[in-house]
Amino acid sequence: MMRLPKFRYYSPRTIADAVAIRSDAGPEGAYVAGGTDLYPNMKRRQQTPKVVVGLSRISELSRIGEQNGRLVLGAGLLLSNVENDPRVRAEYPGLAHAVSEISTPPLRNMGTIGGNLLLDTRCNYYDQNYEWRKAIDFCMKTDRQQICWVAPGSPKCLAVQSADTVPVLIAMGARAVLSSGREEREVAVEDLYRNDGIDYLRKRPEELLTEVVLPAANGWRASYRKLRRRGAFDFPVLSVGAAVWREDGKVTSARLVLGGVASAPVRLSAAEAVLAGRPLDKESIEAAAAAAAGPSRPMDNTDFSFLWRKEMTAKFVRSALADLV
Amino acid sequence: METFPDILPAEPTRVHVGFQVNGESVEVAFAPHKTLLEVLREDLALTGTKHGCELGECGTCAVLVDGRPVLSCLYLGLECAGRRVETVEGMAPAAGLHPLQKAFADLGAAQCGYCTPGILLTAKALLDANASPTLDEIKEALAGNLCRCTGYIKIFEAVELAAAWTRGEDAEPRKETLYGTDYDESGLLPVVNR
Ligand SMILES: Cc1cc2nc3c(=O)[nH]c(=O)nc-3n(C[C@H](O)[C@H](O)[C@H](O)COP(=O)(O)OP(=O)(O)OC[C@H]3O[C@@H](n4cnc5c(N)ncnc54)[C@H](O)[C@@H]3O)c2cc1C
Ligand code: SF4
Ligand code: FES
Ligand code: FES
Repeated sequence: MMRLPKFRYYSPRTIADAVAIRSDAGPEGAYVAGGTDLYPNMKRRQQTPKVVVGLSRISELSRIGEQNGRLVLGAGLLLSNVENDPRVRAEYPGLAHAVSEISTPPLRNMGTIGGNLLLDTRCNYYDQNYEWRKAIDFCMKTDRQQICWVAPGSPKCLAVQSADTVPVLIAMGARAVLSSGREEREVAVEDLYRNDGIDYLRKRPEELLTEVVLPAANGWRASYRKLRRRGAFDFPVLSVGAAVWREDGKVTSARLVLGGVASAPVRLSAAEAVLAGRPLDKESIEAAAAAAAGPSRPMDNTDFSFLWRKEMTAKFVRSALADLV
Repeated sequence: METFPDILPAEPTRVHVGFQVNGESVEVAFAPHKTLLEVLREDLALTGTKHGCELGECGTCAVLVDGRPVLSCLYLGLECAGRRVETVEGMAPAAGLHPLQKAFADLGAAQCGYCTPGILLTAKALLDANASPTLDEIKEALAGNLCRCTGYIKIFEAVELAAAWTRGEDAEPRKETLYGTDYDESGLLPVVNR
């Protein structure tokens, strides 16, 4: 058996208690929602928190409801509940699709939307068991004194942003609510991430993600396209979230976001600018796709050749935009 | 057998947890970091639930918690407190087999059988929610259950057959599935050398 390391487990019923316990634990602590990211990492001894704060019994985190026309998803909602929610399916089909592409049905019965936003970055040299990593010497993400195996000269870890919902949430302009007990702050989902494989989140460790807020569903549409080896299930190794706002048949603004090519999601500002003021048609889509490949700089640390992943960027941007025509 | 350093000082080592397993209330004491898979196999001697990858990738450890398939290798035993757990041991009625079990046996949809408990339970949850799943719905429901020997066609056909039986239809296995495409008129004897 591949066993979990020992830890003390707490199951608070309120957000305030969860934050308090997590704060007390300091660097030894971790939140766990569905555990479908944290527990495999713990089994591989990538993370060995001594205090684990379970979120599954905080009913406040599993609410879903409307607020000023925006749809508010509790961070603790199971992926399968998000995927099957009639409102999400009808008004946010791009998100429903992205969620349905995450792992497998039993994992979506365990994993949460909040856990997906905060998913650890991934790398072929890191997502291995303890003995494997020790045998070639640990890399920087395990031990800061060591080098990066992907780019030995790199001053930082290049592990890859791999969460399926993130590109499409950023494209549609979704926001995240973070609680530190007494205080709450709302940030754009885009501002949650930092392009560093180790410190990949711009949030304090004890801050609890409580809600994901979707903008009112009018005037725009969003789509998601994902590259992976197996259709049945696999992490994305290149993905595109796209959202387009239109008025009188013309694009007023667009957001294009790549996943799987850096430690943070990558905005394609040049390609977005190409679309503005034009109808969404074959020519404008071609022009946007052509502008997308440059900023896509995948590294050789996930599945498939990184050169091929880069080459696929234009095609995937094209498909994501074609979904919105 | 663990070779990694044990990072914790001795901890208060056991929790008492009450939940339902296959319709029976149980109370078990186990270490708080144990997964449901470990609790089922080691503390409840229910070894029908198999361990494979133990990282959420293969589906052989799938059980039902409150009717939904979950992967017991990534589910804490103590998260089951107050919940309803179903394992393969609880599938068959007092006499006979569950229609899925009978269909898998009739069609030879299990070879080594290692993936079978997880597949049976995942399929049961599907049929409990949807009496007439399409082939695509069956494939999607079983997308997380790897089988390395039977191949998926017989497995999908067995789920379709069990679904038909459950709907009260008088369905039979397809002859091609049982005998291949080369069988004689009687449908019983495979034609080997014509
Ligand atoms: C075999 C397999 C395949 C997978 N395939 C995919 C895939 O294709 N695409 C994909 O995107 N993901 C995939 N995953 C990863 C994972 O299942 C999902 O990302 C899932 O959404 C994670 O949610 P969780 O609730 O289980 O997270 P957890 O493991 O509970 O948590 C993940 C991280 O977020 C933190 N956290 C969780 N909730 C909160 C909160 N509310 N506030 C603050 N911190 C929090 C935890 O401390 C942890 O660091 C896969 C996993 C496995 C095992
Ligand atoms: S990118 Fe480099 S430092 Fe980061 S996990 Fe991979 S090998 Fe380790
Ligand atoms: S043993 Fe649980 S998914 Fe493989
Ligand atoms: S019957 Fe052997 S793995 Fe499926």
